[in-house]
Amino acid sequence: MTSPSSTLVDIRGLEKKFDLSGSLLEQISFKGGRFQRKQEAVHAINGVDLQVQKGEALCVVGESGCGKSTVARTVMGLLSPSAGEIHYDGQRIDNLDGKEVLPYRRKMQMIFQNPYASLNPRMTIQQTLEEPIRFHQPNAKDIEVRDKVHEVMHSVGIDPDWGSRFGHEFSGGQRQRIAIARALAVDPEFIVADEPISALDVSIQAQVLNLLMDAQESRNLTYLFITHDLAVVEHFGTRVAVMYLGRVCELADTRTLFSTPRHPYTQALLSAIPKLADDRPSHIRLQGEVPTPVQLPSGCVFHGRCPYANERCRQEIPQLIATDGGTRVACHAVEEGRL
Amino acid sequence: MSLLEVRNLDVRFAVRGGDLTALRGISFSLDKGERLGLVGESGAGKSVAAFSILNLIARPGYIAGGQILFEGRDLAAMSERELRKIRGNRIAMIFQDPMMTLNPVLTIGTQMVEAIKAHRRISTKGARDIALEKLRKVQIPSPEKRLDQYPHELSGGMRQRVIIAIALLLDPEIIIADEPTTALDVTIQAEIMALLLELCEQENVALMLITHDLGVVSQVTQRMLVMYSGRIIEQGPTREIINDAQHPYTQGLINALPQMGEPGERLFQIPGSMPSLKNVPTGCPFHPRCKFATDQCKRTMPEYVRSGNVDVACYEVSNLIEQEKRMQEVGS
Repeated sequence: MTSPSSTLVDIRGLEKKFDLSGSLLEQISFKGGRFQRKQEAVHAINGVDLQVQKGEALCVVGESGCGKSTVARTVMGLLSPSAGEIHYDGQRIDNLDGKEVLPYRRKMQMIFQNPYASLNPRMTIQQTLEEPIRFHQPNAKDIEVRDKVHEVMHSVGIDPDWGSRFGHEFSGGQRQRIAIARALAVDPEFIVADEPISALDVSIQAQVLNLLMDAQESRNLTYLFITHDLAVVEHFGTRVAVMYLGRVCELADTRTLFSTPRHPYTQALLSAIPKLADDRPSHIRLQGEVPTPVQLPSGCVFHGRCPYANERCRQEIPQLIATDGGTRVACHAVEEGRL
Repeated sequence: MSLLEVRNLDVRFAVRGGDLTALRGISFSLDKGERLGLVGESGAGKSVAAFSILNLIARPGYIAGGQILFEGRDLAAMSERELRKIRGNRIAMIFQDPMMTLNPVLTIGTQMVEAIKAHRRISTKGARDIALEKLRKVQIPSPEKRLDQYPHELSGGMRQRVIIAIALLLDPEIIIADEPTTALDVTIQAEIMALLLELCEQENVALMLITHDLGVVSQVTQRMLVMYSGRIIEQGPTREIINDAQHPYTQGLINALPQMGEPGERLFQIPGSMPSLKNVPTGCPFHPRCKFATDQCKRTMPEYVRSGNVDVACYEVSNLIEQEKRMQEVGS
């Protein structure tokens, strides 16, 4: 294991907007005797700073629409950021062109949520697994490629003799194993997993989580793990970043976050997990629902639902500030000692 | 007499090359105001069980045997006309996806009024008043406005509240909820579950909750059934099963939850996956994944045995009970 202080992926001031207003003509409307131009955008991420340390599993949690998947996709270069930078091992990668980014593509791999959609239905498993190896190592001999495929299939618990089968012949859990094998085939250092187990059944989830943990240990992997399931995070994560409406509201060691959540949203989120020991629901009730990311609330994005919000929260955006326990929280109430 | 009693229900699907048995010998009962959880993984037959109670199994599926007694009358043998008087009226259903349940081209109000008028002779004004009252019950803000809105104007959580209001419209005896919160976020899920629980208690409505989430079952239900491969393998009081599950599958299911494991340690895992209905193993369907499996398990399906207040279908459990009995006899 490398020293815990070395940063592998550095996300700085990341922002991503998705334009909603279409072309210039669609933006223009005629209202009250004059022409108006209206531009709208979904503010998916609004200034996220995260450092992924070598060898850790950094979990990003949040509810739908909080921007966690957008973070994953932007880090992987599947989306280009509207503002901000992404650095991999000290090198800025978000502005590289197609050829320059290739060596990083090999080191960074992704596992998607839905194994029914992420495997090409017209390719055999053998072809699916060979493709990334041949792409990244064009000079590799056939025998080397075959050996590598054999090795990764074996390591994810898929019988290498099944290589000639197609994706549809496998169960959901097996498909996700194949998707993991595909990510591992090019010996990556860093894996972004976007909800890799949420499409699977409970007993299969445990199998796939164990597989991801084994792979991390044996291959020295670093994970950026995107999920909405806090129970999984508690088990799997080294550190956790909680996101709400495109901002990180709390960042802490997993153990600290679960024992002493500081941000009111984190507290509500944790209390909403149905626990086996409960005889009745015992969650913290929040007011209202998540606002639309098209018109962001002023100040703290959580203020409309927060029981502790005051005038300052409605106006000033809180920054992530380190607290005594090592937790970083973006909350005026915590900062002022009101909470 | 129980409000609902299902006896030896068999449901099959006629497909090319023979019938697939989706439910095999399912028996359970539901009392007035009782909350029952149906747990299992996908393909276990939970949803088929829920649909067959209202005789909603569409071709090629059919009820091959058994009885579904609702207030003593057999729903499995009823005509479509009689069934229609019960569906939505005496027994209501809540489905997983609120967007699929609501008609996108009708306003919420129209859909609610339509449902009431299908069962009662009442003026539109009167029906609207009932709709309004139910929307208030599910704590929807400004319900008068919502009546004239279309489903797409509401958020996912609001839509599911509307669905619950529709289920409550005709004051049913039973609500069957098929994974009502799976499509929702955690905090919204918690709100909706708490609401459903409160309403069932207030109105003394029986609830049949189908879910794969053992945490939810633990919070909401009094009794639970665990299904595997079309059979009920364990049933009894929820607390007793969660705290001390008897069947190896139920134990595995509970222990595989991340909240049961030590952080950072490997999770307990059940090897393999649920068999497809096309090749259900002989004997106990769980035997290929079970570490206690013997030759007997491979040959014949175990009968239910009682352990505490829990009924379990497992030879290992019945052997343990036998052993304990013998020990006591020797001891005395």
